[in-house]
Amino acid sequence: MTTDNATPGGAGHNAARLKELFRTMVRIRAFEETAMAAHQNGEMPGPLHVSIGQEGVAAGVCANLRDDDRLTSNHRGHGHALAKGAQPDAMFGELFGRESGYCKGKGGSMHIADFSVGMLGANGVVGGGIPIAVGAAQGLKMLGSNAVAVCMFGDGAANRGPFLEGLNWAALYKLPVLFVCEDNGVAAFTATASVTAGPGVSARAESLGVPATGVDGNDVAAVDAAVGRIVAGIRAGSGPHLLHAKTFRWTGHTSTDAAAWRDPAEVEAGKARCPIARLRATLFEAGVSGAECDAMVTEAAAEMQASRTTANAAAWPAGAVAYDDVQDTGAMKWQA
Amino acid sequence: MAGVSARVTLNEAGRLAVLQEMRADKRVWVLGEDVARGGLWGQYRDFHDEFGAERIVSTPISESTIMGAGLGAALVGTRPIIEMRIFDFVMCAMDELVNQIAKVRYMFGGQATPAVVVRMPHGMWRNSAAQHSQMLEAWFAHLPGVTIATPSTAEDQAGLLVTAIRSDDPVLFFDPKDLWGVEGDVPAVIEPIPFGKARVMREGSDLTIVTWSALTPQVGEAMETLAKDGIKADVLDLRTIWPWDIDAVAASVKKTGRLLVAHEAVEVGGFGGEVVATIVDRLGPQNIKAAKRIGAPRVPVPFSPPLENEIRVTPEKIVAAAKAAMV
Ligand SMILES: Cc1ncc(C[n+]2csc(CCOP(=O)(O)OP(=O)(O)O)c2C)c(N)n1
Repeated sequence: MTTDNATPGGAGHNAARLKELFRTMVRIRAFEETAMAAHQNGEMPGPLHVSIGQEGVAAGVCANLRDDDRLTSNHRGHGHALAKGAQPDAMFGELFGRESGYCKGKGGSMHIADFSVGMLGANGVVGGGIPIAVGAAQGLKMLGSNAVAVCMFGDGAANRGPFLEGLNWAALYKLPVLFVCEDNGVAAFTATASVTAGPGVSARAESLGVPATGVDGNDVAAVDAAVGRIVAGIRAGSGPHLLHAKTFRWTGHTSTDAAAWRDPAEVEAGKARCPIARLRATLFEAGVSGAECDAMVTEAAAEMQASRTTANAAAWPAGAVAYDDVQDTGAMKWQA
Repeated sequence: MAGVSARVTLNEAGRLAVLQEMRADKRVWVLGEDVARGGLWGQYRDFHDEFGAERIVSTPISESTIMGAGLGAALVGTRPIIEMRIFDFVMCAMDELVNQIAKVRYMFGGQATPAVVVRMPHGMWRNSAAQHSQMLEAWFAHLPGVTIATPSTAEDQAGLLVTAIRSDDPVLFFDPKDLWGVEGDVPAVIEPIPFGKARVMREGSDLTIVTWSALTPQVGEAMETLAKDGIKADVLDLRTIWPWDIDAVAASVKKTGRLLVAHEAVEVGGFGGEVVATIVDRLGPQNIKAAKRIGAPRVPVPFSPPLENEIRVTPEKIVAAAKAAMV
């Protein structure tokens, strides 16, 4: 495994790009904080998994993708979707179960997809996106495209069978796919290390001939630089790659989990490595003022608040919508 | 039907159908174990020579990824045929089939087009025991989001496969593996056969018998015996169990007043129960003199020939059930 360290402001990082990374991260943070507030306020039905603290991975990875690059995501996927280009109005609409949602209210937080920007969907099944990303890469290659597929998954998913199958497969057919293990150290309520044997996800990848790169996922510039290099290689035909991004989840498993099971000292230490605060310091050194950063934060909060308001005002789907989009042949018809 | 027909086996009929569609549409490809050497059953014989390793992809023994990669490739616009080798192995790919393929179109509000054909040769086959003989098509009839083809003749194998490959729905295609050798006439240009249209095997006025897939030849024998005994059965092969031809079955039962559904699968919880319930509901119980089903007992398929024969639904058992329905 190689390890990537960013040089602040270096490695192709001008202030403009860093600012865009900052904007993406604060938009993700604002989206999820707004979603949590809405959930607590009873505006949102169902479970909510947020990725607060992990924004550097989504932002750094997706900054290197085109709309025709495909991405599969997991149950903690709001950040992936936003960074890939999904729109907060349709995302909040989906969270709230409204007709204006990406899936007309049929998916919810765990199933957001926006095929128009290559976001092939979040997934309620841990590891579920791995074979799909591999197949997307195979299809893209077959169609003669130089687009790549990216698969975002958590450290917990590397203990599922499709991880072994998918990596072996991608290496075998030399597919254009980037596996991103977003390693927050926990799988739901369990420390992943306590249920995982061996030297880790990168070693597993390398044992299958998939090169692996380790990166500090809370250093968005490092993630951006590493992924820029890796994706360029994949596009040029190098075959699959795995990025192991170490990060930290600030919250419990779902928004109703107060995370009393977590060690408070560890949580404090994790929060101290906030990817947003860290980039803010880097930006300051690059000549971007705190006021400018604050303005981006305020703007993001206002944007998400507006989307929340819009979604709350949106119509509920009509009963007939429950019968749409099942299948062409043999679909049941809605009856009033 | 266009062109000259050839007398071919059901296996060859399916091969010709896939060949025709792959020649016509470059987006169609096959993935599964051993398909480059023709597939376990020879159903892709010589395909590798014609289409190459990109479109006839022999895969690792990775059923989750065979199924899931097929889906991923469909989501970017290709049209995969996912070969499961033997139906029973689909158990290793249930998440990808049930939670992903059957759900993506709905869950994502219509954005996804999971145009895959999943081929699953099923049923009892020469003493292959409990893990290579199952018929669980009823499970999948219970699953929204998919269509289900269960052919029994060479003609239907060809025509239904063409429809399946052209369909934007995920199609679960249950090849009747004990019937690979039955022969039929397949035209030079294979026309699609619509799903949900039953095939009339015999017309009669005394009793309706409904069947599909591997039990069709046994039902065929039974109806001849019944005819000799003076019972004229109206016999329908459903060909697809989702959608299924409710109108044709209802019209037949309206005429005969009696219904017997026969399938190779276990009777308890089998699709026969669904057929009976739907028809009784549609026609009203007061208009039906008998509504029965016959399937295998609720035991796994045993290995030893006498044991396997013990649980088979035979022509004799079908005749007995039909006669019981006549009283
Ligand atoms: C196949 C499967 N098993 C279990 C679950 C329940 N579950 C949801 S999230 C989760 C933890 C996943 O861990 P990881 O991928 O590391 O992400 P994290 O939620 O910890 O950020 C589990 C066990 C599931 N959704 N799918």
